[in-house]
Amino acid sequence: MLLVAGAGILILILDPLTPPARRDRLAALGLVGIVAAAIALWVRRGQPEVVFGGMLTADAFALFFNLLFLLVAGLTLLISLPYVRRVGMDHGEYYALLLFSTLGMMIMASSQDLMTIFLGLETLSISLYILAGFLRGELKSNESALKYLLLGAFASGFLLYGIALIYGATGSINLKRVAEAIAAGKVASPLLLTIGMGLLIIGFGFKVASVPFHMWTPDVYEGAPTSVTAFMIAGTKAAAFAAFLRVLMTALPVLQADWSRVLWVLAVLTMTVGNVVAIAQSNIKRMLAYSSIAHAGYILVALVAANKLGSGSILFYLTAYTFMNLGAFAVVVALARQDGERVTIDEFSGLGLKYPFLGAAMALFMFSLAGIPPTGGFMGKFYIFSAAIQANYIGLAIVGGLNSVISVFYYLRITVVMYMGQGEAEPRVAGLSPALGLAVLIAILGTLQLGLFPSRFLEVALRSVGALLL
Amino acid sequence: MSNFPLISTVVFLPLVGVGLLLLVDRRREAAIKHLTFAVSVLTFLVSLQLYRGFQLNVPGMQFVERKPWIAGLGVQYFVGVDGISLLLVLLTTFLTAIAILSSYTAITTSVKEYMICMLLLETGMLGVFVALDLVLFYVFWEGMLIPMYFLIGVWGGPRRIYATIKFFLYTMAGGVLMLVGIIALYYLNGGRPGGEYTFDLLKMYGLDLPLRTQVWLFLAFAVAFAIKVPMFPFHTWLPDAHVEAPTAGSVILAGVLLKMGTYGFLRFALPLFPEATRYFTPLFSWLAIIGILYGALVSMVQPDLKKLVAYSSVSHLGFVMLGIFALTIQGVEGGIIQMINHGLSTGALFLIVGMIYERRHTRMIEDFGGLARVIPVFTAFFLIVTLSSIGLPGLNGFVGEFLILVGTFRVNVLYAVLATSGVILAAVYMLWMFQRVMFGKVTHEANRRLTDLTAREVAVLVPVLLFIVWIGIYPRPFLATTEASVKQLLAQVHIRYRADGPRGGTPPIPTARAERREPRGATGRTRPNFECRISDFEFERSAIGDPATARQRGVAGCPLGDRKSEIRNPQSEIAGGGVPHDGGGAPCPVACPRSPGGPCCPCSWSRGRAS
Repeated sequence: MLLVAGAGILILILDPLTPPARRDRLAALGLVGIVAAAIALWVRRGQPEVVFGGMLTADAFALFFNLLFLLVAGLTLLISLPYVRRVGMDHGEYYALLLFSTLGMMIMASSQDLMTIFLGLETLSISLYILAGFLRGELKSNESALKYLLLGAFASGFLLYGIALIYGATGSINLKRVAEAIAAGKVASPLLLTIGMGLLIIGFGFKVASVPFHMWTPDVYEGAPTSVTAFMIAGTKAAAFAAFLRVLMTALPVLQADWSRVLWVLAVLTMTVGNVVAIAQSNIKRMLAYSSIAHAGYILVALVAANKLGSGSILFYLTAYTFMNLGAFAVVVALARQDGERVTIDEFSGLGLKYPFLGAAMALFMFSLAGIPPTGGFMGKFYIFSAAIQANYIGLAIVGGLNSVISVFYYLRITVVMYMGQGEAEPRVAGLSPALGLAVLIAILGTLQLGLFPSRFLEVALRSVGALLL
Repeated sequence: MSNFPLISTVVFLPLVGVGLLLLVDRRREAAIKHLTFAVSVLTFLVSLQLYRGFQLNVPGMQFVERKPWIAGLGVQYFVGVDGISLLLVLLTTFLTAIAILSSYTAITTSVKEYMICMLLLETGMLGVFVALDLVLFYVFWEGMLIPMYFLIGVWGGPRRIYATIKFFLYTMAGGVLMLVGIIALYYLNGGRPGGEYTFDLLKMYGLDLPLRTQVWLFLAFAVAFAIKVPMFPFHTWLPDAHVEAPTAGSVILAGVLLKMGTYGFLRFALPLFPEATRYFTPLFSWLAIIGILYGALVSMVQPDLKKLVAYSSVSHLGFVMLGIFALTIQGVEGGIIQMINHGLSTGALFLIVGMIYERRHTRMIEDFGGLARVIPVFTAFFLIVTLSSIGLPGLNGFVGEFLILVGTFRVNVLYAVLATSGVILAAVYMLWMFQRVMFGKVTHEANRRLTDLTAREVAVLVPVLLFIVWIGIYPRPFLATTEASVKQLLAQVHIRYRADGPRGGTPPIPTARAERREPRGATGRTRPNFECRISDFEFERSAIGDPATARQRGVAGCPLGDRKSEIRNPQSEIAGGGVPHDGGGAPCPVACPRSPGGPCCPCSWSRGRAS
């Protein structure tokens, strides 16, 4: 386990020390680090270990998420390569911060302890605060960073206070011991525990961008550099859900009746608000931001179901979500003008038929986000709704289903514009660099693989959550 | 033939074509067109092999292929055809080839993408008709929206974007409700004693649900299908989509896509929820009648040819639904034949409208007039198709409508009377339209210079006309294909209804129920299980349905006089005449409907016709 954590850290330490003469070498180094960490994780799989006095674990659940984070980071790096050079932010720190926040995510998913979860979250967030404001010359980027910092700090406060209250109520911050204390009835004050749980939910609600704690999302995602937005939209969400899932399933399973009622409301609100507001967006990054809120809502549905299939479907969904979102962002980066980004949806007009590969890829990602077969997005939704119906939340499944219909509208608008719009006669796009092409290709293959042959992957996901449900 | 995956070949052959198309340079448009057409013709030829190998008297699924797909959830790649789906598969492969041939000149931009969409669409549609696993079905059902969406949206008319989004959203809205229904069904089926967690449709047929549950699930499925058909209150997407779609898109839309809705009723809604079907029969019959009359009346006042044909589809599909919900053998068979007919006639009408549009770039009736003198060959084709759409005896429309009306008449005279007035209205709007377009004086100078049909256009229309006449004169092969399957379907709907009666709440214990509801059958023998009852019933049916008897039934296969009221009261026939079978081991004459192709189900008792 030490080796796994060490591998990541070692790369990170080396990273900024490398002379910044050839900066894309740094990115390559980052990639090598990521691949090495993934290999190390893979080699050491199947040996659940607990380190740091029970604070970190390397169970199947952590393994799954760590690999997912490495995938996110790897794809983000591939997307970043052409992007950062174009917008002039190819500093060594960029890659280092990216890797640091990945480390934060990995800590979050591996934590067995509320304190380490918090530490991981802070590692992740602080790196991202900087990354969000990396385009120093741009007002929006600065706004994004500041907003993220303020609201993020606010959320951290909630989370920390919740942790403190839970510690006060149960006398422990270790997830398993918290669960034991609750199960044994050794709770100092049930009220404290309930408030603590509520604060935890609020804190995580901020991080996964669930309504009504979503206010920061669109502004931050719009203002941040595109590659960072892609990273946040996929990575942060996955990390927050990983920790959320682990806390709820390991520490608070006894209180399931309470939290699933709260989450039920959050899920319905999140899906509906996210989808409805997304319809009105004209900026593609803002639209994807709202759509990411809606997707958090779908995942909350699975969390409400709180059964094995539900937890497994979260893992499945997050993976599919990673592929389709990063893929979409990769296409956005590839279709950018040579002199700057395409910001509004209308600017993508007519590009679908002029760039068949990118157009088809974007259409695939949009259909996948909308949950139309045969894509990974559909299978993910299918599993989530199955889990909800299995747990007898049929109403929730119907709300979710109707929400996907709403979402079809705005996802389709992108394909409408790309394929059915007139567009410029001679569009000039940045085009595909090899790295970007590789990212798009990986995303396409992943989306289709999960959509057409989801069976093996679901088994892996279910086995991974087995570690949680003891 | 036995092990060759014929169905998969048919379904995925177009996909192979897509792969080939990707390799062709986009500038070589002629090569792309020819390749696509060749692939579609090949698909049609292969699908004919299905017909050749199809055993007419076997009611269950044939050419079954079954492979685990998502093992953890019991989702399978499970396909097969029975008589109903076979005809629709053939219709699909036939019309797709025709549609592709028809778009040689109509499509000028992005030919490669267009052809790819057509082939993807074909795979999607075929998949819908052969899937026997609910998830697989859903995947094809929704997946096929994507190519259709592009077909309308990219190559459509001026309001194409509005039309295509409306089409997509309507269908998708129905679809997700069905998805929830499918998943609920899965847990209901798996949760019952001895149940299995599977999406296998045939296994779900045995599901015995309380009426309340059935009603909800039926609605979840029925709304999805009713939108697709489209039945009366859900029809508004259809005129938009039809009018804006390119000609080939309209042909496929009218010819095949709408049939997916009616097929869905036959394959899913009716047999899965027989009691709910009975419960909703009056509602759906009335909606069908409203659709017939409303569609016809609205057609009458359309100034746009394509819109007129589109609304006539609403009317024709109303007939199909009426026939299906008559729940008599003539009604349902008529409904299926009418599905085919509508695909051919309306498909041909759209082709013809498309041909005239290519020449004049208008579809307004008032812009034409007197065309008969200018383009006689075109006129002849148009006339035959128009008459077929009206239901002139000797052409295909008559057979379907007549069977539907006969089937309905036996159930409800009022329905039949009202529906018949729809036939008259059809004559009014079609003939009036034909008169305004073709006869009279040539009022527009542009029309004097119209050129008659080219050889390619004739080649497009002739095969369609061939089938139109064939079904009209000798429908027996088509009816015979569906007969066994229709009987089995009705047996499922009726037996379960009659034997168990409508229930609410929890189902009673089987044996107690058997004794209560079947006093005559309770003398010392156990209640036969469900499979046996169907196959038992089937045994009797197939005895009637053998070719020798069938031949006596006249041209239309319409058994008004001599065929005894087979379906009308299956319960009395079975329970009344049943004799205990000696020892269980006797082979059934038909395959078990729940495991087609598998061994015969273990009948504990059987009934000879002589008794």
